[in-house]
Amino acid sequence: MGNMNIKFNFMRMRVITTIMSVLLLIASIASLSYQGLNLGIDFTGGTLVEVGYPEAVDLDKIRESFIDSEFSNTSVQYFGTANEILIRIPPQRGLNSADISNNLLNLLSANNLNVEMRRVEFVGPQVGDELKEDGGLAMLYALLCIMVYVAFRFQMRFSVGAVAALIHDVVITLGFFSIMHFNFDLTILAALLAVIGYSLNDTIVVFDRVRENFRKVRDKTPVDVFNISLNQTLSRTLMTSFTTLLVLIALFFLGGEIIHGFSIALIFGVLIGTYSSIYIASPVTLALGIKKEDLMPVKKEGLDLENQP
Amino acid sequence: MNRYSSWKYIVIIFLIGLGLLFALPNIYGKDPSLQISAARSAEISELTEFQVSAALEEAAITHKGISLGISNLTIRFNDEETQLRAQSIVKESLGRNYVVALNLAPATPDWLIKFGAEPMSLGLDLRGGVHFLMEVDMEAAIEKAEDRYISDLRSFLREKKVRYKTITHNKTGGLLIRFKDDTEYNKGQSLLADNFDDLDVESESSEDEFSLIAVIREEVLLETQRLALQQNITTLRKRVNELGVAEPVIQRQGLKRVVVQLPGVQDTARAKAILGATATLEFRLVDEEHEPQEAVDGRPPAGSKLYYERNGLPILLKKQIMLTGDSIINAASGFDTLTGGPDVTITLDGKGAKKMSRGTRDNVGKRLAVVFIEYKMETIKQDGDIIKEKEIVEEVINAAVIQEQLGKRFHITGLDSSEEAKNLALLLRAGALAAPIYIIEERTVGPSLGQDNIDKGFDSVVIGFVLVLIFMAIYYKVFGLIADIALSLNLVLIIAMLSLLQATLTLPGIAGIVLTVGMAVDANVLIFERIREEIRNGNTPQASIHAGYEKAFSTIADANITTLIAALMLFSFGTGPIQGFAVTLSLGIISSMFTAIMVSRGLVNLIYGGKNLNKLII
Repeated sequence: MGNMNIKFNFMRMRVITTIMSVLLLIASIASLSYQGLNLGIDFTGGTLVEVGYPEAVDLDKIRESFIDSEFSNTSVQYFGTANEILIRIPPQRGLNSADISNNLLNLLSANNLNVEMRRVEFVGPQVGDELKEDGGLAMLYALLCIMVYVAFRFQMRFSVGAVAALIHDVVITLGFFSIMHFNFDLTILAALLAVIGYSLNDTIVVFDRVRENFRKVRDKTPVDVFNISLNQTLSRTLMTSFTTLLVLIALFFLGGEIIHGFSIALIFGVLIGTYSSIYIASPVTLALGIKKEDLMPVKKEGLDLENQP
Repeated sequence: MNRYSSWKYIVIIFLIGLGLLFALPNIYGKDPSLQISAARSAEISELTEFQVSAALEEAAITHKGISLGISNLTIRFNDEETQLRAQSIVKESLGRNYVVALNLAPATPDWLIKFGAEPMSLGLDLRGGVHFLMEVDMEAAIEKAEDRYISDLRSFLREKKVRYKTITHNKTGGLLIRFKDDTEYNKGQSLLADNFDDLDVESESSEDEFSLIAVIREEVLLETQRLALQQNITTLRKRVNELGVAEPVIQRQGLKRVVVQLPGVQDTARAKAILGATATLEFRLVDEEHEPQEAVDGRPPAGSKLYYERNGLPILLKKQIMLTGDSIINAASGFDTLTGGPDVTITLDGKGAKKMSRGTRDNVGKRLAVVFIEYKMETIKQDGDIIKEKEIVEEVINAAVIQEQLGKRFHITGLDSSEEAKNLALLLRAGALAAPIYIIEERTVGPSLGQDNIDKGFDSVVIGFVLVLIFMAIYYKVFGLIADIALSLNLVLIIAMLSLLQATLTLPGIAGIVLTVGMAVDANVLIFERIREEIRNGNTPQASIHAGYEKAFSTIADANITTLIAALMLFSFGTGPIQGFAVTLSLGIISSMFTAIMVSRGLVNLIYGGKNLNKLII
């Protein structure tokens, strides 16, 4: 029973894709260690001010007006349109944190009365450090809990495969942000954790099918079982990725500048997550020597399917 | 085959009905309104309601209704312009004893409110406002507690006739008590051990030194910190009330932090100045016998301390404090009738008034100085270390000759501007902070950006959602439409649950909803692909439906539980916005399990169940 044809021989390409992934990982780690992440004020501390004007403004003029002020080493850039600018002020000595935004706004309105304050974010250095720590911890514990759950529901080798795929996704997405020099703030961290959830979802669906096929098929090699399972779940993988991407693209184009980074991280993550569930999770599990005997049911499945609707 | 028993349909309909009921309030929107609450001794009653409606009628302002709550009065208007006009009129008619704040009141009909259905509240990123995270300076709180023990110990030892040399803060922590000789030391040690349970007393004697170190016990310190935090929250609450903000949030976070959220506040400069201000006053007599120059040269006379006036001139004041800001029960800013400059009229409590009249009675003709004290702190990061820099600003704002014996009420001048007078009066009214408090995080969103965020967030949800609906209908035909219904109900249920929890909807929260919409399709896709597979394998339509749902179930469960684990981690380690994202994601997963499995199966069974099918359009 079941369509056991192998339309695409995914696993044949696994050597090439493994090399590709390793190269991507090396590039990411290299960029992360040399260039690092362009951390936002959420993590570094500092002040961020977004102001809006009724008409387009000239950035050079604004930079000029900062030269002889306490804001001489701030970064000024457009935010979305030429009517809005974003000003980042690093944590500074001698400037009372509470006064920064007031002084800045006074300075800006001296040049152009129509300036409108749209957003101010100030993060003290102690908060930034804590966020960095908490974010890392959240990621670590999420991976650990997932590993335990997969080991319990499937088998240890699957668990290693799944976590390898997740680490792959996280490192390459981080590398992408580092190489592109995109701002990395709290919302990107949230997106990264969502990517973990999504990529895992994909991997589990494939593994579920692998487990089922290992129990069902005889006289097939483990490589064949993986190929069959990947083919069987392929249309679902593509469909779900596609619908998720539809929504994310809507978010990217319509959600506004503030959510841009978030949607970019997720779009990139969904793509890399879909790829990794095929080309990382499965090959790693295979390489660890998964066999039919590992998955023969010791007891009946935890969920009694007969009673389900 | 493929029939649901009627109780399952009843459960589905019941849950969906509940979902619709609780999601409904969100479509009514919010009315611009005024929220009136009583400050000080005033009271909100039907009389206030009558007074307000009469004032509005006189000004020919129409409103959508007045409702009298337990401690406040809400008046709704059609638009913001009327709201603003009405605010000034109501303020004028009620006077200073009431706080009239601008607010957005939900326009939920009464019958829905009776069910307890209320709309979600919008986060600050969506409605505009300020979010502060403030940290209490616990070192200062502990130092203050030690100061109290020092003065307690001094009077205790004096009373027991134990002769000590000095009691001071010890450099390495605790208090250092130095005694005259061995016998006094022994007397002191046993007395302290018996009478000061809060202190751990240890010997610190050497050959010719007889001293003790008293350290405040850990649990007492914790209690001190807890009290300092609690008292600061109370003071902050009073200050926020004085600012006139509707629906402020003032919450403890952890052991030494406070979150303050002020929706709708735009003048953040004032809010910051008021919330973090540690300004207080002290009244001291001027030392007329010595020249300030002596102190400037480094020889301050005993019993006096050097201060500077605002114009930079040095002045000598007596160390003894006549009165502190704690005794002030009311303060109002205004203008001095003589000079026309800004002034603050101060009212003292009974004890303070007695001190003041006793202090001034014997000193008529001498000068009394008003010292303005403010703590400032800056946190900076240097070479990876976090350094706190503290500064205490003490300025003499005024030193006037005492013309007559002062009593309960008097006024002070010498302030720079009427703005400063106003803020000082407010701070004196609301009381001092138990320990200095500093803003360590601020997020302010202007009103136009808030509205922008709502519009954009809403647009992207709707468009993304519609795209998915269209795509599903094209790809899976009838089943696609069934999935669409399930997906729509999923959205309704998420909104209902968020409203029921009274969760705050933030921008990342909207992103969470969008993401769940994308991922909720997954369950249906899994099921439908499985059904297609079963049909390709030559099974009958009915058997394929049955097998499709059954086989996909464990996959869906596994996939969702793992995502739920990730969301849980997000919630426990994240703060504010990340937690919002995690909550919507988790709720979305739970409700998508229900709609994608139960509801879609119910619909499929309703359409195809028990029929003799030859073909399935999927």
